Formats: sequence, structure tokens, C-alpha cells
Amino acid sequence: MGKLSRIAWLYIGAVIAAAAIAIARGPFTGIQWDIVLALGLLLVACESSATLLNSRSLAWSANSIASLAAVILIGPVGAALVACFTLLGIRRGPSLPQRLFNTAMFALSAYLAGRAFLLFGGHVGIPEARSFPAIIAPFAGAAVVHVIVNFSLLRGVLWLTREPGAPAGRVGLDFKLLLTDLGYGAFGVLIAALWSVLGPFTPVLVLIPVFVARWAVAQFAAQQRAYEATVSALCQAVETKDFYTRGHSERVSRGSVMIAKEIGMRAERVEAIRYAGMLHDVGKLGVPTSVLQKNGSLTDDEYAAIQLHPMRGLDIVREIGFLDEALAGIMHHHERIDGRGYPMGLAGDEIPEFARVLAVADAFDAMTSNRSYRGARPVPEAVSELRKWAGTQFDPTFVDAFVTAIERDGWKGPEAAPPGTDHSVVTEFLVGGEGLAAANGMATANGNGVANSNGVANGNGIAAANGSTAGDLGDPGPLRAIESL
Amino acid sequence: MTARRYEQRGFPRHTLDSGQSLLVIFAGLLVIASVAQTAVVGVRDMHAAVAFGALIAFGELLRLNLPGDREAAPIATAGALAYALLLRIGDNPARHSPQQVIAVTAIGMIIGALPHLAVGRPARLSAMSARLIAVACVAWVFRPLANALMIGSQWWSELPVMLSLVIVAWLVEAVIAALIRTDALRARFGVALLDELRVQLPVGAAVGASALLIAFAAEVMGLAAVAVFAAPLLVTQVALRRYTGIRATYLQTVRALARVTEIGGYVEPGHSARVSRLAVAIGRELGMPEPALLELEYAALMHDIGQLSLRDPIPGGATVLVVREEQRRIAEYGAEVIQQARVLDSVADIVRRQSDPCRPADRGQEPPLSSRIIRAANAFDDLVGSSVEPSRAAAAVERLRLDTASEYDPQVVEALSRLLGRRSLFGP
Repeated sequence: MGKLSRIAWLYIGAVIAAAAIAIARGPFTGIQWDIVLALGLLLVACESSATLLNSRSLAWSANSIASLAAVILIGPVGAALVACFTLLGIRRGPSLPQRLFNTAMFALSAYLAGRAFLLFGGHVGIPEARSFPAIIAPFAGAAVVHVIVNFSLLRGVLWLTREPGAPAGRVGLDFKLLLTDLGYGAFGVLIAALWSVLGPFTPVLVLIPVFVARWAVAQFAAQQRAYEATVSALCQAVETKDFYTRGHSERVSRGSVMIAKEIGMRAERVEAIRYAGMLHDVGKLGVPTSVLQKNGSLTDDEYAAIQLHPMRGLDIVREIGFLDEALAGIMHHHERIDGRGYPMGLAGDEIPEFARVLAVADAFDAMTSNRSYRGARPVPEAVSELRKWAGTQFDPTFVDAFVTAIERDGWKGPEAAPPGTDHSVVTEFLVGGEGLAAANGMATANGNGVANSNGVANGNGIAAANGSTAGDLGDPGPLRAIESL
Repeated sequence: MTARRYEQRGFPRHTLDSGQSLLVIFAGLLVIASVAQTAVVGVRDMHAAVAFGALIAFGELLRLNLPGDREAAPIATAGALAYALLLRIGDNPARHSPQQVIAVTAIGMIIGALPHLAVGRPARLSAMSARLIAVACVAWVFRPLANALMIGSQWWSELPVMLSLVIVAWLVEAVIAALIRTDALRARFGVALLDELRVQLPVGAAVGASALLIAFAAEVMGLAAVAVFAAPLLVTQVALRRYTGIRATYLQTVRALARVTEIGGYVEPGHSARVSRLAVAIGRELGMPEPALLELEYAALMHDIGQLSLRDPIPGGATVLVVREEQRRIAEYGAEVIQQARVLDSVADIVRRQSDPCRPADRGQEPPLSSRIIRAANAFDDLVGSSVEPSRAAAAVERLRLDTASEYDPQVVEALSRLLGRRSLFGP
């Protein structure tokens, strides 16, 4: 939570006060304290096994199971008391103010859920056979109220403690989570229902499926992290072939995600475009190193080899159970809006959306990175180049989105190496493989490339193949073919 | 065509062999007998039968694949076990026979499998039979108890019996599944059973607990328990599905990306896939447990990734023909690449040690078994390539054998030779 503003403190104080008042008003008669204790322990177990959500130090736990069971068994005040056990949750992370707020938030949610249960016609007490199915409707109402109060209070505190400049409205709470929470809430009625048969043994039995679900969610998160790390490591391995493009895939991926989020793509599509960005250049492995690192003009054959790389990339990733969109993006990321790109020469809307997004991020990173024939260009210059070629080479919508995102969030390009120090780059990236590179004449070949900066020749070679006459360095269009390869 | 055929070696094919057909026939006869008996005697408590049958069908519809290509239907199994363990519905004692449990479960399973068939996903009969037999065991033991004695009315007397029966069901299913795997993949039974128990433990625990909960809840809530309970178990199922989904994608991705060395012309097409299949088959032959086999598969798929550091590919990609120092550098570089992923450190270690001879002269410690397996599998594939010629394979093994004393691990080479002797592994 870091440093809190005054309003945030006021808000947190108000939530805590409201919860305290709700509990203090009572009544405490008719609350069975053994049930409070048993459910409290269940809640501590749930809270202690909370899973961290991806963003903004949010965590999710199955607390609502215990609170909602208490709503039926011991009423609103009892439920609020059970929710107070949140404070005892054994987990690292939350600071004392956070814990206090969480406790108050759950107590208030439980109390209001309890009130809703009574309002919808539910009866407090251990349910018997004839309580069903009449009890289900009020309970469902209580569960919905619990989720709504919980999420609203959380949204409030997230909004008040958001980092300055962060876009409002994105606080990492999504609809899916809301549904999950409701699903878990259904365990509450089960605990209440079984209390007359199994007594305090009920929570033990209920905990098992809950913990299996938690385990599966944790495993999923771990696997996803592993997956991401592995894909990125393998992409870096691919980049070793051409050290001028180090980190390129990572940055294109980042840029594409910026664009995707800016235009409000769905989360799954953003995820897919992230991987598409990382993998968009794997196909260049099929291009001979001598062509990739060539500093003279390219022959037609060599240019044809380069033009093949998106298809080769597709060949590699086709077998991954990926979104089709990502595949289309990888295959067409060198198409141009005016139809003069490759491999298919698609134009305008014929080009898949992912490919148009990737093309912008790809070109931008190529311009702001060092190349063997020129140094990196500053961001403003690259931005104006993007603007200049919007409509002929790039989709203007995505250029605009990208520029907006860069102006707001900034752009982290490759670590700039001062001119002439590129030799150190060679050795650094070949840790452990240094001798090998020397044996293969790699270091020498690349060392020469740094000194040689006749990019014009390069530009000409490609311009000819493209049927275009523009061949100067300031023109990213024809150059792009090799720059962002 | 020959290359394609060769690539199929070592793959578990979903055809039924004698052991599995026996299982399916047994389950089929059981179902026919139970349905017939139930039809003659008449269904007791039609409402409960329909409700549980519907839950089972729903669960079967939502079956999922656990790691290692295992089929499971948690919701269906929980529903069927709950039906077998049912004592009372509301205030009325449940008096259905074990045959009725089997009949309802079977019909539910078949109805749930129909949509899968309709979209072209074949039913895995052996897995369905295993699930059915596990439920049948519980029903046979518990139904007579429940019907004749109406054992206790207190949870502390009923629960231990039910709990142990649920565990029995879990064990029965695991033993049958392990037998199937032993038969199909030529794994060792002990290892296969442990693998099965480990993979099934979390799911089995959730299923067992859910079954008990549904059975007890039906006493209080009546049949509403079935509906109410479908929701939370669904949440568990969704979490499991997401987990198994990403696991499968992970393996798929590594398999695909390992091919970059082929596209780059560093190795022969299909090399990584062949080496990994052969390595896994050898590992299984040597009784490696599944988590180790998975690491071995990753390492074998990526064993040549280090070649990306070469400016120009080695002719034919055959690392077996390159000097030791060069091999070691390639392995070292590959390990570094893998280590960057931070989650595959043991895989990186396997890749790093793959070029070490099995009896190192200078360094004391011998490389891990997985490294030794990859070393032999890689050498074998470099020598044989995509050829299916038996004489060539035999000659390659002979050559590995000659080098066995210091270069290759004798037990690995022997396992490889046993695999080659078994024609079934190499397809028709």
C-alpha cells in the first residue's frame, strides 16, 4: 500500500468504524460460540492459503465460505464476528493497516450479507431437512450481497491508493474472479446444511475440495510463470544469431501489449499478442547467418531468404495450441497497409489485426535500436517516422494508440551502448561460448560490422527488391525489411 | 513415408490390446447384468436415480485430461460414489441395490460420452471401465450394509466406513490405470502405480470428500444437495482444467520451439523429437518415475539448443562426430539458455552434462542418468537418422556397445538394445 493519502486513511478508518459499530450494536443473544470458533478456524485456514493475484498486491482467499455459513447458522452479527478471524490469518505480506482494512471489509460484507439473508426471508439457525430448498433463494441473495459489498469496498481502496498517473478503472478485479467467489460461496450453504449431521467436523470435509482447487490455481500460476520464462529464454537463444537484435522480441512483445491495452483488447487477446510479439521472429533462424549479418547490398536470392522468415516462423509455432490470431500475426507482421509488404502482399483490412499491431511495435523497436550500419534513433524521431508512414506502411489507429501509450507510460528501449564499444557486447553475450565464437570467426566478422556503417547500400538492395525508389536512411519504409528482421 | 512411420515409435497408441479388451469386456458384462437385474426388479426411488444419473452425465461431459494423458471425470466419479454411499434422502432411507448404482452410473456415463462422440472425440473405454469398476466395488460393499443394517445414525460411526470405502475406490482405479499403463507403455508396474497415485492424489481427495459431502448433504437437503453441490465442484474442476491446460501448452511449446535448431539447419529434421521419444522410452525401460521422465523429455528436446551459438551448422548436425571440447561448449551454452528460464534448472543441468562420458577420467562425479540417456539416444540418432533399416539400427547399437566401457552407460545401451528388439515400438 505504500504511502497513503489522507483521503485513503479516512476511507479505511470509516470502513473499520462501520464494521465496529455493526458488531457492537449486537444482539449477541443466541450466538453459539462453539460455531463461531469452528467457523473462525475454517476462515483462518482459508485466509492463510490466500493466492496472490497478478497485479497490485491483491490476494484472493476463500473466506466467503466461512462467513456465508455463519450467516445461516448464527446470523449477521455472528457472521461479522467470524469474519474478524481474518486478522489471525497466517500469511506474509499484508501490513497492519492492510490487515485491519481486510478484516473490517470482510466483517462488513458478512454483516450486510446476514442482513440480506434475513431480508429475503431466511431463518437463522441450524437448518433441517424441511428448510430446503426454501433456504437457497435467500442464501443466494446473501452470497451476491457479500460479493458486491466486498468488491465495492476493495475497489474503493484500490482507487484511492492507486499509483499517480495510472489509468483509472483498471484495478485488477475482473468478472471471472467475481464468479469464482460466488462459486465458492456455495460451499457456505453446504457447511450450514451438514452441521446438523456432521457437526464441527463439516469444515474439515469441506476444506479438502477447497484446498485442491487452491492447489490447482497455484499450480496454474506457477506453470504460467514457467511457461513465460521458458518462451522468453528460447526467444533470446534465437536472438543470439544476430546480436543487434538482442532483446528485440521482448520489446516488441511489450510494445504490442501497450497497443493492445490502449485499444481495449480483451485480456485473452492481450495475452496472445504478448506471445505473438515474443515469437514473431523465430523464423529468422531459417535465414543463414551470413545473410542476417551482411553489410553489403543483398542479392535477390538473399532477399528472398529474408522474405521467407515469417513463413518459417509460422512453421515452428503452428504446432503450439495457440490462438489462431497469434499465428496470423506472426505470419503477416511484414505486410504493409499499402499492400507492398511480404509474404502475401495483403493490404489494409486484409491484414490480420495482430499483424498490424506487431508491425508498428516491430518497426518502432528497430528504429530505436542500434544496427550494424547506424546507431539508435531517439524516441521522438522514431515517433515522427511512425506518424509519417501511418497509412502507407502502418495502420494509423495503432500508430496513434502506440504514440499515446508511449507519451503516457514512456518507452524503455535497449540499454544504449556508446558507439565503438560494441566489441564488449560481443563478448558479454557469448559468456561461456567465447572461444567457440572465435574459433568460428564470429567475433571478427561482427567486429567489422560495427565499424562499417554504409546502411545506404543496404537500403538500396531492399528498395530494388521492393520495386521502390526511396532508398535514403531517413526512410523507414524500405529499410524496415532488414532493420526489424 | 518411412520417416513418418519412424516418428511414431514409442508413442502410446490408443488401441485396445488384450489386457484392456478384457477389462472393457468385464465392465460391459457387469453393466449388462446390472441393467437387466435392475429392469427386472424395478428401479427404487426413480427421482434419486434420475438426479444422480444427470449429475454423472454432466460430469462425464466435463471430463478432463490430467498430466500424462490420463482421463478423469471428477464430478461424475463424485456423483457416482455419493450415490453408492447414500444412506437417506431427506427422512427416507435410500434402499437402492448395488446393481442399480452400476446401472445408473453406466447410463449416466454413456449419456455424458455421447456429445464427445458426436464431435469426434472417441470414448476411452478402458478409462471409463476403470471408473465404473471402482464405483462398483464401493456399491457392492456398502449397499448391503446400508440396506440391511442401516448402520449407525451418528456421523462418527458412518464416516470411517465411508471414508475407507472412498479410499478403496481411489486405490482400485489407480491399480487398474497402472495396469493399463504397464501394458501399453511397458512401464514397470510399481513405478506406474506410484505415478498414478501421485497424479491422482489431489483429484482423488477432492472427489472423495465431495462424494461424502453429497451423500451426507442429501440427508438434510434431499436431492437439492446434488444441484447445490454441482456449483462448487465445478469451480474445482475449472481450476484443474486451467492447470492441466497450461501444462499441456507448455510441453507443446517446448516441443515446437525445440525445432528452431532444425529450421536453422543445425540438425536434421525430426532429430529433437526422435531423440526425446527414444530417451523417454529408455528412461521408462529403466524405471524412471514420471516427473523425472518429464524433465528428461524437456532436456532431450532442447539438448541441441546450444548449437544456436555456432555461426555455421555442423554438417548434418551430428554432434557425435565433433570433438569433445566442442561438444562440451555446445552443451554448456545450451544449459545457459535453459537456465535463463529459471524454472528448469535441473533440465539445464541434464543438458550441461550430456557431453560428459559416463566414466569421467578427470572429474570424479558421473553425469546424471538423464544425461547419460540423452547422450546415448543422441549418438544413436546421429548414426541412424530417420532410417528404419533394422540392420542399420543394430550396427549403431553395436558401435555404442563398443564404446560402452567409457563413453556410454552400459545399462542405458542395454535398455536401448532391448527396446530395439521389441518390434512393437517401431510400428509395423
